Amino acid sequence: MKLPRIAIPPAIGRLLKFWPLAAALVVLALFPHIGGGFYVDLVLTTMILAIFALSLELLVGGTGLVSFGHAAFFGIAAYATVLLSAKTDAPSLAWLLPPVLAIAAIAACVIGALCLRTRGIYFIMVTLAFAQMTYFVFHDTSLAGGSDGLYLYAKPRLAIGDVTLLDLGRPMTLYYATLGCLVVVYALLALIGRARFGQALAGIKSNEQRMRASGFSTYPYKLAAFTLAGALAGVAGFLHAVKDGFVNPEILAWHQSGAVLLTLILGGIGTLRGPVLGAFVFVLLKEVFQSEAVFGAFARHWQLPLGLAIIACVALMPNGVVALPARFRRLRMPIPHAG
Amino acid sequence: MPDDTLLTASDVSRRFGGLTAVDRASIALVRGEVHAVIGTNGAGKSTLVNVLSGEIAASSGRVHLHGRDVTHWPQPRRSRAGIGRSYQRTTIFRNATVFENCRLAAQAHFQHPLDLWTRAQRCPQSREQAEQAIEQAGLTAQAQRVAGTLSHGQKRQLEIAMCLATAPTVLLLDEPLAGIGPDETERMLALLAGLKRGRAVLLVEHDMDAVFRIADRITVMVNGTVIASAEPGAIRGNAAVQAAYLGDSCEPMTALPANA
Repeated sequence: MKLPRIAIPPAIGRLLKFWPLAAALVVLALFPHIGGGFYVDLVLTTMILAIFALSLELLVGGTGLVSFGHAAFFGIAAYATVLLSAKTDAPSLAWLLPPVLAIAAIAACVIGALCLRTRGIYFIMVTLAFAQMTYFVFHDTSLAGGSDGLYLYAKPRLAIGDVTLLDLGRPMTLYYATLGCLVVVYALLALIGRARFGQALAGIKSNEQRMRASGFSTYPYKLAAFTLAGALAGVAGFLHAVKDGFVNPEILAWHQSGAVLLTLILGGIGTLRGPVLGAFVFVLLKEVFQSEAVFGAFARHWQLPLGLAIIACVALMPNGVVALPARFRRLRMPIPHAG
Repeated sequence: MPDDTLLTASDVSRRFGGLTAVDRASIALVRGEVHAVIGTNGAGKSTLVNVLSGEIAASSGRVHLHGRDVTHWPQPRRSRAGIGRSYQRTTIFRNATVFENCRLAAQAHFQHPLDLWTRAQRCPQSREQAEQAIEQAGLTAQAQRVAGTLSHGQKRQLEIAMCLATAPTVLLLDEPLAGIGPDETERMLALLAGLKRGRAVLLVEHDMDAVFRIADRITVMVNGTVIASAEPGAIRGNAAVQAAYLGDSCEPMTALPANA
């Protein structure tokens, strides 16, 4: 006898699929009221890394373009934020953010136009080369403080007349503004993924030759993805500059590009949850290994255990943290027996 | 009937450094005809297909599609103008379903990259074109299967379905029968024979039995040049073709079939 199935209306069924996302959003929204200042700051750092990793996911997971120079656009936007801010008054968010993102997008468009003429391993190397060039421009010239970097004098705010709507100088406001950016970037990428643009990018990732034979001019598609990814990395760079109030060339260096790529690999490529989860795992691992309370004097050598932990993670979870539930389900499945 | 000549190549050559892969070859593809191109390995058949499809630029000569000079058009533009092609090595989206493979190919005519609100799978025009292509290629029963799990012969059918999904008027098929078994060959031949209705079909194929069964016209290439182009009966009796094929001891398998 079959049990009657309870029919769930498809609309509700679709909503139910989103409960982990909704739960995560609620936890993040309530966190500042639960956690202490140190942890709130840590979650803020994590969310900025998550936005950065999401922007790279559009390239790596969405289009099959492995960029090893993504920190360039993060860094360019962070520098632009500081350079475009006035030295006395708090800059207006409405006048600061659009040009910062435009600069990151233009830089990505120019660098992408050149890099996308190559493929595979050459693409990885050329993106790295351009990012290193950008690094040395900021490191070796007096354009923006050289290797010492620059300070942001006043944090941007959004005001109409005398009424301040948003003051990113207040930690709580910055926290919720960052959470808002994370939600917007996530939603935008989710929309792109299901729309025709994202499907065409997925086709390019799967088989570019067939896409061209079908009538898609693949180069403009890839350039659009690269430019958009650069602009979204710019959102993360902007938030980073505002949070730290300080920029130096290290944020454009190759290990920054490597860190965001690792974040993506840890979390799982090909989904949007992956990069966000990866950011939490990456920041947490780093924090644990840097903690003197846990490791004592050895905490100075945190990079060694971090590296080993990442190797272990990648070896044990080849598809990233995001694939863990599916793995557990497979383990818990009863062993089928003949009969 | 010049109106029915859909794609012409006039004196096209393609050189790779010192090697001339295609040497002043001319070919005309006519609506309603299967035009086979045969020749030994390295005769320049695949290069000719690549020059026609726009994947490789011609070193000299001209290519016309529907009377328009498309010599300098890149492949995607030629594809949108009506040239569909299949590859010798299957080029499908392995992780997607058969339907999604064809729907994405059909999407090339309705790209709208800035429309982020509509789900790609909801685009009615590309769905309709995909469904027609799948039906014509005989894959309706497999429409929801993941492409990577199909048999080799079905993958070759899907390759053709994806061409059809872009609504081409000219089909360039590069060895559609390569590597498939005898029973699947029969099904594929029936499919190929049906494709010429309303379209011009160019067929590159090594299986001579198949070529002589379905071709309306055969062009023979040797070392990059066209040595003969005529109806199958005339090709069979052509002395130059006999010499080119039977004189080539390296390829006894491709000897011409006896006169039926």
